[in-house]
Amino acid sequence: MASSSKINAKIPEGTLEEKWTKYRSTVHLVNPANKRSLEIIVVGSGLAGSSAAASLAEMGYKVKVFCFQDSPRRAHSIAAQGGINAAKNYQNDGDSVYRLFYDTIKGGDYRAREANVHRLAEVSSSIIDQCVAQGVPFAREYGGTLSNRSFGGTQVQRTFYAAGQTGQQLLLGAYSALQRQIGMGAVQLLARHEMMEVVKIDGKARGIIARDLVTGKLERHFGHAVLLCTGGYGNVFYLSTNAMGCNVTAAWKAHKNGAFFGNPCYTQIHPTCIPVSGDHQSKLTLMSESLRNDGRIWTSKKQDDTRKPNDIPEEERDYFLERRYPAFGNLVPRDVASRAAKERCDAGFGSGASKMAVYLDFTANTERYGKIEATKHNLHSPNKQEIIQLGKAVIKEKYGNLFDMYKQITGEDPYEVPMRIYPAVHYTMGGLWVDYNLMTTVPGLFALGEANFSDHGANRLGASALMQGLADGYFVIPYTIGDYLSEEIRTKVIPTDNEAFVVAEAKVQDHINKLMNIKGTKSVDYFHKRLGKIMWDKCGMARNKEGLLWAISEIKSLRQEFWSNVRVPGDANEFNSELEKASRVSDFLELGELMCIDALDRNESCGGHFREEYQTEEGEALRDDKKYAYVAAWEYKNESDYKLHKEELKYENIKIAQRSYK
Amino acid sequence: MSQGNMNLTLKVWKQKNKNEKGRFETFDAKGISPDMSFLEMFDVVNEHLISSGKEPIAFDHDCREGICGMCSMYINGRPHGPKQGVTTCQLHMRSFKDGDTIVVEPWRSAAFPVIKDLAVDRSSFDRIMASGGFVSINTGNAKDANNILIPKYDADDAFNAAACIGCGACVAACKNSSAMLFVSAKVSQLALLPQGKIEKRDRVLNMVKQMDEEGFGNCTNTGACEAECPKSISLENIARMNREYLKASLT
Repeated sequence: MASSSKINAKIPEGTLEEKWTKYRSTVHLVNPANKRSLEIIVVGSGLAGSSAAASLAEMGYKVKVFCFQDSPRRAHSIAAQGGINAAKNYQNDGDSVYRLFYDTIKGGDYRAREANVHRLAEVSSSIIDQCVAQGVPFAREYGGTLSNRSFGGTQVQRTFYAAGQTGQQLLLGAYSALQRQIGMGAVQLLARHEMMEVVKIDGKARGIIARDLVTGKLERHFGHAVLLCTGGYGNVFYLSTNAMGCNVTAAWKAHKNGAFFGNPCYTQIHPTCIPVSGDHQSKLTLMSESLRNDGRIWTSKKQDDTRKPNDIPEEERDYFLERRYPAFGNLVPRDVASRAAKERCDAGFGSGASKMAVYLDFTANTERYGKIEATKHNLHSPNKQEIIQLGKAVIKEKYGNLFDMYKQITGEDPYEVPMRIYPAVHYTMGGLWVDYNLMTTVPGLFALGEANFSDHGANRLGASALMQGLADGYFVIPYTIGDYLSEEIRTKVIPTDNEAFVVAEAKVQDHINKLMNIKGTKSVDYFHKRLGKIMWDKCGMARNKEGLLWAISEIKSLRQEFWSNVRVPGDANEFNSELEKASRVSDFLELGELMCIDALDRNESCGGHFREEYQTEEGEALRDDKKYAYVAAWEYKNESDYKLHKEELKYENIKIAQRSYK
Repeated sequence: MSQGNMNLTLKVWKQKNKNEKGRFETFDAKGISPDMSFLEMFDVVNEHLISSGKEPIAFDHDCREGICGMCSMYINGRPHGPKQGVTTCQLHMRSFKDGDTIVVEPWRSAAFPVIKDLAVDRSSFDRIMASGGFVSINTGNAKDANNILIPKYDADDAFNAAACIGCGACVAACKNSSAMLFVSAKVSQLALLPQGKIEKRDRVLNMVKQMDEEGFGNCTNTGACEAECPKSISLENIARMNREYLKASLT
C-alpha cells in the first residue's frame, strides 16, 4: 500500500527519538518584528484553543479568539474529570517517554501515527511543568509533591489530577494565560461568536465568516492562518457526554472547503456513564474513568436478577472485566470495557429498569482504605463501621464531586449502593486530517486538539485528551506554525471587502435564509434525536454492513425531510438558539453519512470501530493490518460524494500485534 | 418513561433584547417527570412552544453537568433554585411538587445586562480576570513541577477556591450585587500558592479596581453569596482578599 499523492504527512527524517528535537531546531522561524504583523485566527477556546492563543500571543503574533459560549472558560474541556497523563515517572514505577508512546499506540489499536504519538509523549512532561507554574492546583501528597493515579490501558501511575475536576483546573489555567494576553491587548476575544465559513484566497485559508450570536450579524475576519480548535463531533449521536453546544460546524465547513476528514468512524464510547433514564434526556453524564481505580465492575451471575445489588452475595457476582482480562482487570481501555459491558447486558445480565446497566462498586476499596487509615491513625482493632467511615472519607476526597453528581442525577447514594453505569458516546478520535505540523490539506488551515484526527488511532486512552489538547496548543503549534508563516511574511493584511470574503458571507447568508424560510412543522431537536438514534443503533458500539447501508439511506432521507420541514422560530437578526441548533444539525446530517461510509469501508474491527463481521472467537476486535493499516482521509467532492485517500501507517519502532489485556 | 405526571405553572421573564423592557409571562409545563433536570423541563416547554408556532424561552446552558457555569437563573427568587450546592442544570424536578408555580428570572445586576429572556452578559467577569487573575509566566519558562513543593493543606485550600465556575450566582444572591466572592476565590487560590505570591500585591489591587469599574457593589457581609454558591466557595476567601488588599494598599 502506498499513501495517496494528495496527502503528505511531512514526518521528519531521523530516528523516532530525534525526529521532534531535530525538527524543532531546524523548522523555519519568524523574527519578532514580522510576528507583530502576522494575524492568527483561533476558533474555539478549550484546552487546545486557549493554550495556542496564549502561547502564540506571548510570542508576538496578533491573535483573535472566537468562542460560541459567553466566555472562553466555558469550553467543554472544562468538564473533563479524571486527569492528564505525563511520562514523569514520579512514582518510580518504570514509566518513560517510550512507555507512554507504546501504551498510546497499542491503546489506539495500532492505527495512530508513530511520529506524532512519540512527540506527544515527549512534550507531556513540560505540560505538567507549565500548568503547575500557572498555579493549577493539582492533587498533592503530604510531602508536597504531586500525586498520581492510574488510568485504563496502562500499568503505571502517570495520571496527574485535581480531584474529579482536572479539565476545569487545566482549562482555567489556560484561560488565565489567555486572559492575561487579552488584558495586554495581544489577543482580541470574540465570545458568543460562531464560525460559519472558512474564507480561502488563492487556495490558502485567509479568514472566516463568523456570526455574532447576540445580534445575528455576520462578520468577516482576516487571518494569515486559521486554527480550528473546535473539539469533537460526538453530538452527532444527540445523546453524548458532550456539552449541548458542541458541534462539528467549523470542522465541517473546513472539510467542504477542501480539508480532508480523517477516520470519521472512530468514535469513543465511554464505559462508565450514568444510564439513560428516559426520552426527555438531553445529555449523558460521565462518571470518570478514574473511578475504575477503586471501583469494581460487576453484574449478577443470574440473568434477569431483580434483587437489589446489596442483596446479591459475593459469590453470585461476576466481576466480568477481572475475569476476562486478569492482567488489566477493571483498567482495560475504554473500548474493551464498553464492549464487555454491552455483551453482558445484551446477554440479559444487566440491571435496573431498562436492564442496560452494570454495577460499579466501591465497597472493597472503601474497606481497604479504611484499614490503611486506621493503621495510620493508630486505631487498634477498629470495628467494621469505623473502618467504613474512615474509608468513605478517603473515597470522598478522591471522587467527592463525582459521587455528589451521581446522587443528584439518579437520586441514589453511591456511598451506600453501587453505581449503575452504561457506555455512552464520549469522544471522537476522528477529525480533520493534519500533517505533522497540524496543518490540514488546506494551506494555512490548522486543526488542534480533538478537532484533528492525529494521535489516538482507533481508541483514545483515558487522560490523554487533556494531554493532547495542551500539547498541541502549548508545545507543538508555536513551533510548527513557523513552517507556514515564515513564507507569509510578505503577505499584507487582506481587506475584508475582497471578493472571497463577499462570496463566503453571501453563502452563509443564503444558508441562514434557507433555514429560516422552511417554516416547517418539526423542531430541530426532533431531527437531531432521530439522527442520533440512527447513529447509535447502526454506527455505535457495534456496526455491520447491512446496518450501515440502511443508515446511509435513512440519513439521506432524514436530511431531505429536515430541509423541507424544519421549523426555526424567531428572527435571524437576534439571539436565536434554535437557529444556532438548526445550522449545527444540518452539518451533523451530512457528517453522519460520512461516518457510516467510513465505517462501511473499513472491513475490520479496531479500537472503537467494531464491525460484528470481524471478531475473534472470544469476541475481541479483529484487525486486518494487511489491508487497513492506513488513515482514511476523505475528500469532499459533492453531497454524498466522498473520495478516499489513504495514508499508510508504518510501524518501525513497535511490533504490531494482536492487542491483548489478558 | 419520559412522560411524567407533574403539571406546573411557570412565570418566566421575557425580554427581547437589552434595550427593550421585559415582563413576566406565564407558561404551562405539562407531563413533567421528576427525573428531568430543570433545564430538561424547559426543553419540554420550548418544544411545545415551537410546535405551536411560538418563540421558545431563551436561556444559557451548555455542559449540563454543573461545571461550565453557563446556566444562570433565579428560581423562586434563589440563584440556581432551592437546593444547596447545585447549578440549575443539576437541579431535578423531584425537588418540586405537582401543581407548583415557579418563578424564573435572569440574574439581576447592573454589571450583568440581560441579552434576551434569561440570558445575561457576564463579560465583566472575564475583564476582571484579564486585569490580574493569572500568574505571569510564558509558555516554556517552567521548571520541573516537583521542584515546587506545596504543603497539601495549602494545595487543598487553593483547589477549593479554584473550584469556582464563574456562574455569577454570588453576584445574583447579593443585595449589593457584589462580586467579592468571585474575585476573592481567584485572589486566594493564587495567594495561597508560591507560584502566585510574586505578583500578589498587584493582582489584588488590579482585580479590585476592575471589579469596582464594572459596577459591582460592596460586600454586605451577610454571606448570601456563600449560601447560594453552587460550588460552596467559602467566605474565608473574602476575608483573605481583604487582608491581601489591606497589605497591598499599605506597601
